[in-house]
Amino acid sequence: MIEVKNLVKVYSTKKNKVIGVDNVSLTIKNGEIFGIVGYSGAGKSTLLRCLNLLERPTSGQVIIDGVDLTTLNKKELRQARLKIGMIFQHFHLVSSKTVFENVAFALKAAKKSKDEIEKRVNELLEMVGLSDKRDAYPSQLSGGQKQRVGIARALANEPTVLLCDEATSALDPSTTKSILALLKKINRELGITIVLITHEMEVVKDICDRIAVMQDGKVIELGTVYDIFTNPKEELTKSFINSVLQFDLPDHLLKKRTGTIVKIQFKGEIAEEAIVSDMLQTFKVKGNILHGKIEYIQDMPLGIFVMELTGDPDEIQRAIDYISLRTNGLEVIASAA
Amino acid sequence: MLLDSLMNLIPELNKAFLETLYMVAISLSVAIIAGLPLGILLFVTDRGLFLENTTVKSILGFVVNMIRSIPFVILLVGLLPLTKLITGTTIGPTAASVSLSVAAIPFFARIVETSLREIDKGVIEAAVAVGATPWMIIKDVLLPEARPGIVHGITITTISLVVYSAMAGIVGGGGIGDLAIRFGYYRYDDTVMITTIVILICLVQIIQFAGDRIARLVDKR
Repeated sequence: MIEVKNLVKVYSTKKNKVIGVDNVSLTIKNGEIFGIVGYSGAGKSTLLRCLNLLERPTSGQVIIDGVDLTTLNKKELRQARLKIGMIFQHFHLVSSKTVFENVAFALKAAKKSKDEIEKRVNELLEMVGLSDKRDAYPSQLSGGQKQRVGIARALANEPTVLLCDEATSALDPSTTKSILALLKKINRELGITIVLITHEMEVVKDICDRIAVMQDGKVIELGTVYDIFTNPKEELTKSFINSVLQFDLPDHLLKKRTGTIVKIQFKGEIAEEAIVSDMLQTFKVKGNILHGKIEYIQDMPLGIFVMELTGDPDEIQRAIDYISLRTNGLEVIASAA
Repeated sequence: MLLDSLMNLIPELNKAFLETLYMVAISLSVAIIAGLPLGILLFVTDRGLFLENTTVKSILGFVVNMIRSIPFVILLVGLLPLTKLITGTTIGPTAASVSLSVAAIPFFARIVETSLREIDKGVIEAAVAVGATPWMIIKDVLLPEARPGIVHGITITTISLVVYSAMAGIVGGGGIGDLAIRFGYYRYDDTVMITTIVILICLVQIIQFAGDRIARLVDKR
């Protein structure tokens, strides 16, 4: 379990002070994939780097598995870091060393014997699917392969936590998918807690259990991915979610419409019920679906439809009320003139 | 006539060449042995690095700059007491090697520091995150990553030493450069001067060529 208590990180320069992380407290459970999202400069990277004390917090505590890292001396901190893996956006491999040597470095840090290192590195390369690249240098690898080496290095000493600093941001979409699948596999099979930061909501949607949204160094919203996606409270969160669930209609289409345009959201089981067709049969309105989509987030459906309702204004109002009661959200985007 | 004077010159040239090699070899070895750790220390004690230490950094930096700002001729003479202490004499190539070494150490240290600075900070950070000790990071990350730069640095230092060693004549150090100054500059003997200069040019070319080849060999990036 990772507990962050009242964490503050202030960067002081001669002229002014910049607050990187502003009094953040949160708890990350064992075995979960926890995402931290926010725009650049929101403090998410700083927060992540405080978790293994690459950045020393100005105040506050970082407690991992009951040990407050901020109280450790240098040697104890090195020991603790063996159990906290980290991967990076730009991989940060040692370019003058082979894949094998890069992974072996982490084991050397744990003072493992030569035989143990040999055995464990082969095991790890097998796991990340790079056994055949053992003696290659990083310059001979693709981005995805480099990140796999990074993951192998991070997992070398059987950590309990894996920190991912924008681990997929430098990769193309299909490589991102495969790296995310690997992270998910690691999480499920090895039970490693994963904390990742990203500005890509796709990533969060694909693998996270819970997320924290950060702005100006503060956590402004925190919850399970499904709750945040279906019921975002803050403006920033909404804009992030919109980046993935694009339901915006083109302006010219909106202008041409004469009826009332509504956006209906369905969550969970009701996404599978025939509420819309019931509504159309009950009320004297015509419905025209302009846009629709069902997303699966953590294997739970989230349906969103944009409909144009035409007919008698009173009937439309009743239809809207009917749907509002039975679904998880209805938003009138444009009313009939 | 020209050939004759060249033939007569051969024993003198031979001696001078060996003296140059001798002085350069000694001072280069000292420069590497002392300058490499000094350069590493200058780098790792810098702000934001894993052995950050402002006091050490500024003291070392000050001493290095101080030695580097003294003109070599003055260093050569000024260090005579130290030379006497170390070698027991103040003349000859061995004596000249002391001042050459003292000048080469900070020179090479700065080059090492610069090549270390070229390393992506993230790579060092990744090693810190893995839980590696400072010694491991120096040995397994910094030195291998900076190897091509350090080899270039050795090349540059060697060439500078060949050039500086010409001034060793002041303390009777000898060497090719000294020959050029004594015969060519003081006695207007163009044959000797041109011959020695040609030898120096060839020597520098060979060093640079060899250095570049080695640098390419050790570069795995």
